[in-house]
Amino acid sequence: MTKVSLKVNGNSQTIEVEDENTPLLWVIRDMLDLKGTKFGCGKAACGACTLHVDGEAIRSCSYAIKFAEGKEITTIEGLGTKEDPHPVQQAWIEEIVPQCGYCQPGFMMATAALITEVPNPTDEDIDKNIINVCRCATYYRMRKAIHRAAELSRQNEAQGIQNT
Amino acid sequence: MKTRIVLFLILSLVGVLIASSGGPSTYEYDIAKLEENENLTSDPAFDKMMDVLTHQRCMNCHPTDNIPKQGDDSHPHYFDMARGEENMGFQATQCTTCHQSENNEYSGVPGAPHWSLAPAPMGWQGLNRIEIAERLLSKETNGGKTHEELIAHMTRDELVLWAWEPGVDADGKERTPPPVSKEEFAKAVKDWFKDGAIIPSK
Repeated sequence: MTKVSLKVNGNSQTIEVEDENTPLLWVIRDMLDLKGTKFGCGKAACGACTLHVDGEAIRSCSYAIKFAEGKEITTIEGLGTKEDPHPVQQAWIEEIVPQCGYCQPGFMMATAALITEVPNPTDEDIDKNIINVCRCATYYRMRKAIHRAAELSRQNEAQGIQNT
Repeated sequence: MKTRIVLFLILSLVGVLIASSGGPSTYEYDIAKLEENENLTSDPAFDKMMDVLTHQRCMNCHPTDNIPKQGDDSHPHYFDMARGEENMGFQATQCTTCHQSENNEYSGVPGAPHWSLAPAPMGWQGLNRIEIAERLLSKETNGGKTHEELIAHMTRDELVLWAWEPGVDADGKERTPPPVSKEEFAKAVKDWFKDGAIIPSK
């Protein structure tokens, strides 16, 4: 058995797994019961499993749990709250982005990472960085929501409010 | 008559000097070897080294169009991934978004330390072996590397050595390693540089 200590959404966790190469996604969903992060392709292609490891977007189906030792993981459940949503969540609500919704947490986590790195992304920045897959083809609404999320985030920053 | 005597004395002196040196000087030897190699049309060490450098395991990450390639068929990387400003993809979607420091057998995503594209001046796709070797040796294109640093990069860098342990793809199929073993490649690289890193003329 391998023990891995990590923080998930601010909470310290120690995980015991038989295989140190177990995907982080499986630990998040099956052991920690955080079902917001989705399994899509299992090949790091669709992006449904995107979460943050130390603030960076990672495809968790392709991330061995052993690499998570000492890391801070953020899932969609830890991005914001119902009372205090992250600008990305707020924008997604305002633009009524989801259709079936299955892939949306991955897109939102990828977008949160994008606006941290590029506070005012252009359409080209979005095209390059948001490469997840949505079978409902909600791309048009997502693009609007990404611009809105960046705007909300900049407003928060101007008011000295830290994005959750 | 006077001229003949002077010529005789000069030739005698040269003869004495050659005889006392015990053989051709290193300088003369080097010149002879370089002249010999200038007409070299093939070199087994060079050919073996190039069999590896032109294999898709190496070539896929040495693009000339800033687009990484994937697979044994060298198709463009899915989802328009590209070089970005630092050879690592884009600001929030980098190579490390999917590729870690070792192969992932669950997803079939390959990985090795500092997974990234070779710098643009080291793009090799579409070039012939001679052009690749010229880029390899030129400090203007190879990042200022000396021969010793090139040998170290080619024989000890973990990302380069990944080519011989490329893991399985997303369908669980083994990726093809280069046609020359890691040990043979290392020997060929060292031999080629030891012999002066001469690029064959054809």
